[in-house]
Amino acid sequence: MCGIAALQVRDPALRPRLGALMAEMTCRLVDRGPDAAGIAVYDAPELLPAGWSAVSVLDPGEAGWRDSVSAALGSEVDVRLFGPTAVLRARATTAALAGAVRSAAPELTRIGRGAHAVTLKGVGLAEELTEAFGIGAMGGTQAIAHTRMATESAVVASGSHPFSVDDDLCLVHNGSFSNHASVRRTLRRQGVDFDSENDSEVAARFIGHRMTAGDTLTEALDRVVAVFDGFYTLVVTTADTLAVLRDPIACKPAIVAETPAWVAVASEYRALAELPSVETARIFEPEPGRVYTWTS
Amino acid sequence: MDVLTTTAMTAVTVDLAATPVRELNAALHAPAPAPRWRVTHPAGAHNVAVGIDAPVAVQIDGPVGYYCAGMNQQADVLVRGNAGTGLAENVMSGSVRVTGSASQSVAASGCGGLVVVDGDTGARCGIALRGADVVVGGSVGHMSAFMAQSGRIVVCGDAGHSLGDSIYEARLYVRGAVASLGTDCVEKPMRDEHRAELAGLLARAGRDDDPALFRRYGSARRLYHFDSANHAAY
Repeated sequence: MCGIAALQVRDPALRPRLGALMAEMTCRLVDRGPDAAGIAVYDAPELLPAGWSAVSVLDPGEAGWRDSVSAALGSEVDVRLFGPTAVLRARATTAALAGAVRSAAPELTRIGRGAHAVTLKGVGLAEELTEAFGIGAMGGTQAIAHTRMATESAVVASGSHPFSVDDDLCLVHNGSFSNHASVRRTLRRQGVDFDSENDSEVAARFIGHRMTAGDTLTEALDRVVAVFDGFYTLVVTTADTLAVLRDPIACKPAIVAETPAWVAVASEYRALAELPSVETARIFEPEPGRVYTWTS
Repeated sequence: MDVLTTTAMTAVTVDLAATPVRELNAALHAPAPAPRWRVTHPAGAHNVAVGIDAPVAVQIDGPVGYYCAGMNQQADVLVRGNAGTGLAENVMSGSVRVTGSASQSVAASGCGGLVVVDGDTGARCGIALRGADVVVGGSVGHMSAFMAQSGRIVVCGDAGHSLGDSIYEARLYVRGAVASLGTDCVEKPMRDEHRAELAGLLARAGRDDDPALFRRYGSARRLYHFDSANHAAY
């Protein structure tokens, strides 16, 4: 199982409601994935003002990592707690902040980074986590969420989705990959590091690796179809784009709804039922093995 | 008639925004249920109107989730909206109609009755069909009629890849293009008896498509027996 949901807001007037709409969508999928949940929100003004970057870490504890990260960065690092996730923010580039975290506090488990996206994840029911994160009050341009029913690896926060392994690149996955160990070995030989034993992280790393090498998002996802074996519906977001891809036999569900004001992707219609004017939306199931993208 | 055309005037109304699906289904399973039902605010809920075994008419106003009208017997179920995976799974008799589109595995292993989807269906429409009839106004996805044993599937639009893979004795009628035929599925001649059968199915579904525009597909029956020429592969 697992539930996935994503929403890209086209109508600026709807942006303040992004978090409320996403919280509703995510909680409607909780029985597809009661083990864990996570969400990444893009361009939430109160969360990540323009000119700032964020790095999310899990359960950082009380050690003196904040001062050492600030010292390594050369400017003050602001920290906000969202349940088990701590979001480190600074007026700096994502690369500089992520580099400071990596060098000054290598013990921290990094789960997301970007100048647009903030990733929040934890273990437990989506209702509890979205409440703890305060998702309902957030605005933004797009968001991507996941409710997890664990299959390939343990129920720990680091195995929760979204996997955000490159700047503003987030991935959620419903399904399982059967050759993830082989692909992980190949990527490790090419210098790619991993944070978890989760199969979905391998897809996120693969896409990030391909895009760093120059692929477009669509090209990288086409490569996923060629390289990965298994069942999947993937939703991938970048700073301004939302993409969906189903495996070539369409083993896992996905439904897309599109109106002039928004485009949404979810595992099931249930998640979309409360979106504004959904009754007028163009609704369709993505075809197997075909990459769909929407750019805000 | 097969397909529900009830008005809601005399129906028992159940609002799924206020009533759990289990309560609706329990009421439909009670001895001698009311003859007409109207279900409002389904909002994509799963298992709506499953397991009915009574000559009732159920109209559902809005989109349903998985397994709507599964195992249906005798009842006429109408969904005014779209349907998720497994519409009318293992349907036994009666009719199920969806005015929108349906997801994958429509009428999976259905034994009898009529299932009509006015829009398109996802993959595996009529998978393992065992006697039910399916009429789709639009197109069907890949692997439709996979291992279908008996019954008829009518597709007024196009069919996706591997139509009728490993098919037994179900009969397939497709008006539009077939992306590819599955293993052991072949086109067969349309004789008068097939045109008459197709005309009857279209009429029961309330459609006016011209039967002369359809092609027929079915089993080449090459998978029925071991072939000694392939002994090394077994």
